[in-house]
Amino acid sequence: MKRQTLKIDNTPVSFGEERNLLEVIRKAHIELPTFCYHSEMSIYGACRLCMVEVEGMGMVPACSTLPAEGMVVRTTSEQIRKLRKMVIELLLASHVGDCPSCSKGPSCQLQKLGQRLGVDKVRFPQSRTPVRIDLSSPSLLRDPNKCVLCGDCVRMCNEIQTVGAIDFAYRGSKSTVMPCFGKDLGEVECVNCGQCARVCPTGALVPRPNIDEVWKALHDSSRTVVAQVAPAVRVALGEAFGLEPGTITTGRIVAALRRMGFDRVYDTSFTADLTILEEAEEFLARKKEGQNLPQFTSCCPAWVKFTEQYYPEYLGHLSTCSSPQQMMGALCKASLKKLQNIPAEKIVMVSIMPCTAKKYEARRPEHSRGDEPDVDLVLTTQELILMIKESGLVFNQLEQESFDMPFGFTTGGGVIFGNSGGVTEAVLRYAAEKITGRKDSNYIFKAARGQEGLREFSLTVEETQLSVAVASGLGNAREVIRRIQSGEKHYDLVEVMACPGGCMNGGGQPISSDADYKAKRTCGLYDNDKMLQLHKPQENPYIAEAYEKFLQKPGSHLAHELLHTTYSPKRRTSGFAPEPEQEEGQLEISICFGTSCFLRGAQQLYSGINAFLAEQGAKAQVSINATFCYERCDRGPVVKIGEEVLEHCTLDQARAAILQHLAGRKAEVQI
Amino acid sequence: MENLRNFEQVCAILKEHDHNPNRLIAILQAVQEVYRYLPEEAMTFIATSLGIPPAKVFGVASFYAHFTLEPKGRYVLKICDGTACHVKKSTEIEEALRKHLGLSSQNPTTPDMLFTLETVSCLGTCGLAPALVINDEVHGLLSPQSALALVQEIQDREAAVHA
Ligand code: SF4
Ligand code: SF4
Ligand code: SF4
Ligand code: FES
Ligand code: FES
Ligand code: FES
Repeated sequence: MKRQTLKIDNTPVSFGEERNLLEVIRKAHIELPTFCYHSEMSIYGACRLCMVEVEGMGMVPACSTLPAEGMVVRTTSEQIRKLRKMVIELLLASHVGDCPSCSKGPSCQLQKLGQRLGVDKVRFPQSRTPVRIDLSSPSLLRDPNKCVLCGDCVRMCNEIQTVGAIDFAYRGSKSTVMPCFGKDLGEVECVNCGQCARVCPTGALVPRPNIDEVWKALHDSSRTVVAQVAPAVRVALGEAFGLEPGTITTGRIVAALRRMGFDRVYDTSFTADLTILEEAEEFLARKKEGQNLPQFTSCCPAWVKFTEQYYPEYLGHLSTCSSPQQMMGALCKASLKKLQNIPAEKIVMVSIMPCTAKKYEARRPEHSRGDEPDVDLVLTTQELILMIKESGLVFNQLEQESFDMPFGFTTGGGVIFGNSGGVTEAVLRYAAEKITGRKDSNYIFKAARGQEGLREFSLTVEETQLSVAVASGLGNAREVIRRIQSGEKHYDLVEVMACPGGCMNGGGQPISSDADYKAKRTCGLYDNDKMLQLHKPQENPYIAEAYEKFLQKPGSHLAHELLHTTYSPKRRTSGFAPEPEQEEGQLEISICFGTSCFLRGAQQLYSGINAFLAEQGAKAQVSINATFCYERCDRGPVVKIGEEVLEHCTLDQARAAILQHLAGRKAEVQI
Repeated sequence: MENLRNFEQVCAILKEHDHNPNRLIAILQAVQEVYRYLPEEAMTFIATSLGIPPAKVFGVASFYAHFTLEPKGRYVLKICDGTACHVKKSTEIEEALRKHLGLSSQNPTTPDMLFTLETVSCLGTCGLAPALVINDEVHGLLSPQSALALVQEIQDREAAVHA
């Protein structure tokens, strides 16, 4: 496209493909304030903070105005200044919350803009009655009192994640952003990715803090507190201390954790290496048998829950490998017990993650042994930053330290897990050598890398053809599944990360004001890979040792028990417990009308059964109900007749079962 | 918990509208006619069959005052509190009915699900002020006594049917 020119604040600026005037202004290094604009989402144009003056047009919102040749733009004037201040004041007036105690801390846009625009007093009275804070989600804290109704979270959840767990409800002064039917976030289809919190400009959505529990464990001398640090944390944490995004701060993070009192500090990248061995073996076995392909990666808990809710019929495709976080928890507790005789209940495993969904994952019942969870507490990068600050540690002055052994040694393969495409690349590093049976000095698979949210490539290793899709952002995952379902595409391996760009952009990472932070963090992880001595998970000597001493071999029985997991269909919203209205003595029939069953013909079954009952003159003996999801969605349609649950139910089966039950009842009555 | 006995009608309504998410408002309107309000289960089912999140359906249903999210009684009493009616002491009528039925603004529906009491602003029949609408029928020029008599009449009729 031809470059054109316009004038901003008396300075000529050239522009090309920018989507709107706001982007042109930002390119000209003017930080125009905004609340409701995010380049990755649709334009909402509601906050009116981005107003500028354009000659001949008057005041216009820059985010929803197209740049044009010869435009003359002013970004400050008396009127604009007044308007901006008023907008902030109005927002503050409808915002109940105490800034010093807010978890959003210094990344709150409302606070920042208030200070930047010199709002020193709020002239409007407080306009809202406080409502309850929603603490139902293990991953997020939702405080509607602090919401400024910018809609950023709603668009993130709908447009990018295609979940739609939250939306605007009611209207006028009652307008609120909330889950369906006023339920709590923990009761609905939210997959805990935390991307809504990443774009929320205020403290209305933040990662659910677990800081107090961690301090408490650290101050309890009877317990061994173990930390594990995820790869993505090391390229983002420094941002809170003035470092460039992408700066690798591993050594200082380890030092800080030791100062705070952690007894051992391990590297989640170690178990990422281990994941690769298990997952690549599983993949090669499936490839050989031609079964359950494509294999879906399983290290992102938001993607796992998404699959359980929306694509139960694909659960068999998920790798059965637990995520690196969970592998570390299980391995660490088992080995400390075996090798050092520390019982599991004396160990507190704390993981430091870029991710809010990891908080949910740690609580999944699949990841507990008896009452003992493999991972006790999960802190996001944001929370660790707060703890470092609270400790008064001067982060940039800390002497670098290294992880504890044996679970502190990693290859580059385990580190690049933090980027979208990283798991794929690490699997290929292993699988390629395994297929050829030869060592190869090359370790870089460029095809797996890239910025687009959905990438596809194929690769030939000797005789073997591998076709791969890499998706980040759940909307892109849906598209991959659509392509599979329609038969348009066949893949062998599908990697999904819920967060756009992967975990380096997770919902628990610090909120960056650098427009290029994603590229910089990604690059930081690839640089880290280059700097490490080894790059292929199979070369990690401590992994070999762990197998030798402990796990036997990839896929062994013990490896399965400690390192693999199971999945089950999940209903999207709770609160529809089947609880039919039934009259005494009636046979109860419940038909599942959840999405999966609906798609498999629940509605036709319902009409068919009704017609059958009418034909039999049996309507009075039966109460027929609709329910929502028995969590057997992969085996739908599901119909419950009396106490009997029929899966894959056909009309004929239902008819037969009804007749049998009614006959049984008659017999009972006669006796 | 609302039993979805009228499910077939919801299915028919959805079919009539081709399961088209753009017709959500019309669908909700028709479903409200079936149940006299919008039960959560019905909204969830609508969301499922239109392929949109339930939060979106709830958003639309809660936005328009026309939609009711709570079950209503079989007889909906709308007392006008517009200016004309207010001047003619509509509040006294409201008070009398509330007392008679044991209702409050938090509790607008009788436990037997027979009556729901609401206030509206101007029914457009100011000449008949003070006015009361029972379901779709307008009653005008009322006093607390005549309003109570109307309600009592319904109560007697219902009692007779059940006896
Ligand atoms: S955490 Fe993710 S799924 Fe849940 S509301 Fe936020 S964006 Fe939606
Ligand atoms: S919760 Fe946050 S992102 Fe969502 S509308 Fe409110 S202020 Fe905006
Ligand atoms: S992509 Fe990473 S950070 Fe985001 S939800 Fe998944 S595991 Fe967590
Ligand atoms: S950023 Fe333009 S109106 Fe909000
Ligand atoms: S939709 Fe889950 S069991 Fe029917
Ligand atoms: S004010 Fe009551 S009908 Fe107009």
